[in-house]
Amino acid sequence: MSLLSLKQVASWYGSTQALFDVSFSLEEGEVLALMGRNGMGKSTTIKTICKMLPVGSGEIYIASKNINTLPSFKVARLGVGLVPEGRRCFPNLTVEENLIAAARPGSWDLLSVSTLFPRLHERRSQMANTLSGGEQQMLAIGRALMTNPRLLILDEATEGLAPLVRQEIWSALHSLKNNSNLSLLVVDKSLSELKQVADKVVILERGSSVWSGTTAALSDAVVQQYLGI
Amino acid sequence: MSRESIFDCVLILCLAAVPIWAHFAEEPFIITLATRAAIFAIAGIGLNLVLGQGGLVSLGHATFFGLGGYAMGILASHAQTYMPLSEWPILIEGTKSMPVIWVVALLASGIAALLIGALSLRTSGVYFIMITLAFGQMFYYFAVSWSAYGGDDGLSIYLRNDFPGLNTLDPIQFFLIVFVWLLVVWIFTATLIRSPFGLALNASRQSTERVETVGINPYHLRLTAFVISGMITGLAGALFADLNRFISPSMFSWQTSGEIMVFVILGGVARRSGPILGAVVFIALEHFLGGLSDYWHIYLGALLLLVVLFARGGLIGMLLGRERVHE
Repeated sequence: MSLLSLKQVASWYGSTQALFDVSFSLEEGEVLALMGRNGMGKSTTIKTICKMLPVGSGEIYIASKNINTLPSFKVARLGVGLVPEGRRCFPNLTVEENLIAAARPGSWDLLSVSTLFPRLHERRSQMANTLSGGEQQMLAIGRALMTNPRLLILDEATEGLAPLVRQEIWSALHSLKNNSNLSLLVVDKSLSELKQVADKVVILERGSSVWSGTTAALSDAVVQQYLGI
Repeated sequence: MSRESIFDCVLILCLAAVPIWAHFAEEPFIITLATRAAIFAIAGIGLNLVLGQGGLVSLGHATFFGLGGYAMGILASHAQTYMPLSEWPILIEGTKSMPVIWVVALLASGIAALLIGALSLRTSGVYFIMITLAFGQMFYYFAVSWSAYGGDDGLSIYLRNDFPGLNTLDPIQFFLIVFVWLLVVWIFTATLIRSPFGLALNASRQSTERVETVGINPYHLRLTAFVISGMITGLAGALFADLNRFISPSMFSWQTSGEIMVFVILGGVARRSGPILGAVVFIALEHFLGGLSDYWHIYLGALLLLVVLFARGGLIGMLLGRERVHE
């Protein structure tokens, strides 16, 4: 049984169609990298999964439950944690308050998030809008983990960060992969890092999924053809 | 202890000390002024919960203030005439017991807040302001036409309701009751805004979409806050009616909603003690400037303009800066 399954999903921004035919599935404990050039529909796919955009046609299932008609907060309660593009913490709450506000019962709590990101513990009383970009990204991941998700979705989690901070984020993702049964859906521009952490890859082109397979099967020719790298 | 916590303690101690001094100096009018300030502070704390934490600009909080007042007035008027409120299907008599009146006021304003909130919170921004204002005016005109309880003229109550073990006609003892309620409400809301519920409410003000993505339904969150806020304001209304021994439709008017908002903005939106300082300053201006001119509201307006333009965070923000504030 797949944890997440998309079947021929289409989606619109108002009257403009952004997704045409996106299909893939993700199993429990698996890491999936969603790839594609800019504007191909990666973030739109994530927004549609999280129901920040309505599903135009097709079907999305989370743990066999069709979520087409569910509102965003109910999808989150099914165990979908989102680390949105651009971090988007609650700027006028402290680090600790950001985490507490999102907390749901489960194994992830202030202590375990602090263990994953010790820097958040050091900055726990600091307002989120006074954190560096990297720290805000850690907070966004920590906040999503505090909802105790089964599936963590990261949209461009390392974008615009310094190399050292990016490395810290990737280390945390490796740690999540190796030490928990969490499923990860990752969108990022760093192909080399994605190859290291992902079990399988789905490539989007013009709003449709055009290639999917294991990371090992992702050949240079495929990368050249769809990603232009 | 932060500067703001110290300030809060000093402010509350001063509010308690002034009537105690007035009691010994035999200045009962000062005690009444302090009681009014404390009651208005309670109403302001109620509004501050939704305005400061939830970002909901309600121009209809007079609805709850008036409902609390009319709950007191109706129950007490029936107690004073020995006429039951209802004989069928069950006998409901009036009462002059303050605790019973408070429970009725809390329930009435809570139910009204639930119904008004359930409708108005489906909108936002200017539509929310207009709907809450419209509800307030509906209650206002209903009270104006409700001749059984005084209609436009209002209703005088010739007794002061009872509280076990206290002489409520003694100004200082009545102040004590109001002050204890102020402390209870202040501590309750201060605890609430630091709880996961309060933090999520604050977060929903910053971004509804982000709150939804962590599994929180912002509508339920705001509705709960709106009901709690309405109940607190309703309690203030019941105390205000008891202080004056008079109720009138003006308790429901949009001017009353505006005044409650002035307490909050003047003191500092989202600041724990903002409504207390705002209410104290308002009452002080009303007393001192009101003695100089009938047009004292002009000076109040000027002060409000200065505060809004130059003191972000209200008077508390001006005094303490933007230290650890969730604005």
